[in-house]
Formats: sequence, C-alpha cells, structure tokens
Amino acid sequence: MRRVITLLAALAAGGLAQPAVAADAQYARSLAATCFACHGTDGRSVNGVPPSLAGLNRDYLLRQMQEFRDGKRPATIMHHHAKGYTNEQLELIAGYFAAVTPGRAVPAPAVR
Amino acid sequence: MTISRREFMKWASAGAGVAAISGCVTAGSGGAGRVVVIGGGYGGATAAKFVKMWGPDIDVTLVEPNQHFISCPISNLVLGGNAQMADISFSYEGLRARGIRVVRDSAVAIDAEKRMVRLAGGDSLPYDRAIVSPGIEFMTDQIPSLKNPDTQNRILHAWKAGPQTVALRKQLESMRDGGVYVLQMPMAPYRCPPGPYERVCQVADYFKKAKPKSKIIVLDSNPDITSKKGLFLAAWNGLYKGMIDYRPNSEIADVDVKGMTVKLQFDNVKGDVLNVVPAQRAADIAVRSGLITANNRWCGVDWTTCESTAVKGVHVLGDSTLSAPGMPKSGSMANQHAKVCAAAVVALIKGQPVNSDTMMMNTCYSFVSGDSAIHVASVHRYDPAQKTITPVKGSGGVSSAASAAEAAYAWGWARNIWAEALA
Repeated sequence: MRRVITLLAALAAGGLAQPAVAADAQYARSLAATCFACHGTDGRSVNGVPPSLAGLNRDYLLRQMQEFRDGKRPATIMHHHAKGYTNEQLELIAGYFAAVTPGRAVPAPAVR
Repeated sequence: MTISRREFMKWASAGAGVAAISGCVTAGSGGAGRVVVIGGGYGGATAAKFVKMWGPDIDVTLVEPNQHFISCPISNLVLGGNAQMADISFSYEGLRARGIRVVRDSAVAIDAEKRMVRLAGGDSLPYDRAIVSPGIEFMTDQIPSLKNPDTQNRILHAWKAGPQTVALRKQLESMRDGGVYVLQMPMAPYRCPPGPYERVCQVADYFKKAKPKSKIIVLDSNPDITSKKGLFLAAWNGLYKGMIDYRPNSEIADVDVKGMTVKLQFDNVKGDVLNVVPAQRAADIAVRSGLITANNRWCGVDWTTCESTAVKGVHVLGDSTLSAPGMPKSGSMANQHAKVCAAAVVALIKGQPVNSDTMMMNTCYSFVSGDSAIHVASVHRYDPAQKTITPVKGSGGVSSAASAAEAAYAWGWARNIWAEALA
C-alpha cells in the first residue's frame, strides 16, 4: 500500500492528468501490436493471409483466442501464442481489433 | 476516479520514466519532438513508422545507407532457387509517403550530450530521442585469412541479404554435380538461430533437383542444433536422406582459399563452395556511441522502453541488443522491439506514462523445402522482479510437423511484416 501511495504522489508531482482510460487504451494497443507482424498493422492483413482482424466482432475474436488457448480450435501456431496472454489481455486485444475500421492493407512497395 | 491495484502495478516502473518526462517536455521543440532512427531494417524502419503513426506531430528522420530494404528472412529461398531477389527487395517510398524523412547516409557518431547524430556525409541531425537499430557486424578478426578482402569475396557469409545472396547463389549454380557445399556457422548467440539449418534445407532442395550427386557438410560451432532440432532432422533424414553430413563442435580456426578448405582445430574440411558465417557483434555505430555493455559485443537495454542502459536518450533495437533470456535475434523480435520502443518514445516526448507491462511475441518460420515450412513461437512478458523480459510459462512451441499450410502462413508473415516496416 505504501508503494501505491508513493506512486500516486509521483504521478501527481509529474503533473500527469492522464486518465486511466487513456492508459488502458495504450496498453490495449501495445498488446494488439504484438499481433500486427502476422495479421497486419492494426489487423489489416496483406492479401488476408493470415486473416484480417480489423473490425471483427469483439466476442467472436475473444472466443477464437480462448478456443486456440484451450485446444478447442485446431491451429498450426495460434495455440502457442494464445497461451502467452492472460484472459484480461485477450479481452483487451479483442476489444482493440473490434474497434478498428476494416480496410485494405497496403503491401510493402516494390523496387522500381 | 478509481484505479485498481493492477493499474498501479502496471504503471509502477514507469516511475523512473516520470522523472525523465519533465526534462523531455522542455527539451522538445514546441511540444512535438524530433526522433532520429539509425538503420532501416526490421527494427529501425518499423520504429520510424510507428513513432510517426502514434505521434503524427513528431518529426521523424530515418538514416539508412542502402537504397533498398533487402530482407534476410526468405533470402535462403533465393539460394535454393525458390524465390527471387525481387521478392525480397523493397523501397523506402512508403515511409516517405507517411511523412518520414529518409536520408541515405551512414551515422558515424552520436553526441548524447548535445543530442546530435553525425552523418558520414557531414550533416548533423538534432534529436530528442535517438533510436539505433544498426544490425550486426562480423567478427572476421577471429578468422585470420578472412581479413583479406579477396578472400571475403570468395568465401561468402550471405548473412546480410543483398549482393552476397546473389553471389552465393551463383557459386551454387556454377558448382559441378558431385561437389561439396560446406556451411560453417558460429556459436550462439548469432542472427537468426534457425537460419543456418534452413539454409541447409534450401541448398539440399536445390541439389536434389539440379545436382543430385552433391553433398552438404555442416560445420556447427555449437554442440548441437540450436533451433527446431527435431523438425530439421526430420527433413534431413527424410527429404534429403544421405545428402547432409552434420558435424557439431566444429569451431573454425581459419580458411584457406587456395586449397578451398575450412580449417578447424583438429581437422581440415575441403569443399567446392565454402560458406562461412563468422561470429557477430553489434554494428560499429553502437561501439563508437558507447552503447556496448556486454562481452564487447551487445547493447544492454531496459526492455520496457528499449532505452540503452549506458546512454540516456538513446534506444537500441534488434540484433545488436543483449538478448533477454529465451529471446532470439530475429526480424520478428526486432519488429516487436520497434513497437515497444515507439510507444515509449512517443509517451516520453508527450509526457504521458510509459507502459511497463511489456509483452513481445516471436514468430519464426523456416522453409524445409520450396513449399513446406515449420515454426517456432514464443511469448514474452516483462518481469519487474528480474528487471528483464522472460518467456511466459506454458506459451510457445514448435510445429508438430512441416506442412504446406505453414508455408502459406510463412509467406503471409513475410508480406505482413514487410508492410508493417515499409508501408
């Protein structure tokens, strides 16, 4: 508890008016960003392989990740990834991608 | 407003960052800051894009000596004839279109006091935060004859994709049927743990189709196969049965270019094509900037921000970092470093709290043939007690078997991670 109070004081002294909501949004973004490498920036996948996640239903996304984690949905690789996140983290990831507007992914530009 | 205890814990180690914020805000130019990124590979290009994306008013400059981005991942497929250089070569125009200034030059020094990056061309770039992602340099001094540039042109590493990839492919094409390809590889840690074994598969795939009497000798400095062992052995003993002679504990002493020989401590191994991948360290700019903290080779960083433990205001990404436990030196990992760093740099410049519950994920595919691939995956989380990022227990693993489905996902991974860095 002492540590918490010290932190509160430190945050207040730093003049940070950042609401916890914004901090949580950035945390969700950082979690979702770990998925971008394969599923595309903001979940918009080039050519759709692996599938785009942008704009999918939050509960659907969460259920898929939970089923990968629990071995209920067969996977090549997703079970290895899903097991690395807490349920709370999976919820934030699902929420992030659900809130992204779906759109076409731009591939890396070829050399001309 | 109520904040849960979890919230406090999550932002707990941002305390150190809070102290730095006030200084940073005053140092910034009119609220937005200046970020200079050194190196346009998987780490640097991705970091430049995400700093701009998450902090659009921040002025971002990327310094890269090469005109094009040429990908190391997939470059083994070029050696095997299963991909072309055009498939792995990209322009930096996508980053320019995002408003990032891309400067074709080399950084020669970082003045951390004045916060300036000096370029070989003579210019100096001021920064509020510098991001250094320079990749690796080869420790050729450990192989005496490789100091000679002529020898370097004959005995290739092809461990930085580019002209050497093309040259090694030509050597393989010119080799007689019945010849011997020798791959000598360094002790871990080195760039891309499964890379050498994937290369063996790709060369074997080519030999099987084009010169079936040929053989491969793998001289591994390590005591055993360092990555995806069972899966690679399944390919070597199955698809390529009888073609591959794997020899562990085979550290290199020197090379003899006239006799086309790799000299080991107690043995000499002759070949028709010699491919020697020397041991590696962080690139020269890291050395000259005082960023090296471990074994005269690697740069220590705080894994919540990727800020150097040696030089304040300078962040280091990718293969040149001192890897955390269980963390490979991979393009995939550099991509993750880049986004952790970009989020922290934007937060620090804007005076926002820095997330300390850092998560990273690694996905490394290897092609065992032209159309079949395997993976190793891991998930990593920051542990405040150990002050490092460690693999999450129970997560990660390798493929159950090589498959065409994973080859399709591997190409999907490549296209998306290239777009993530460059589009």
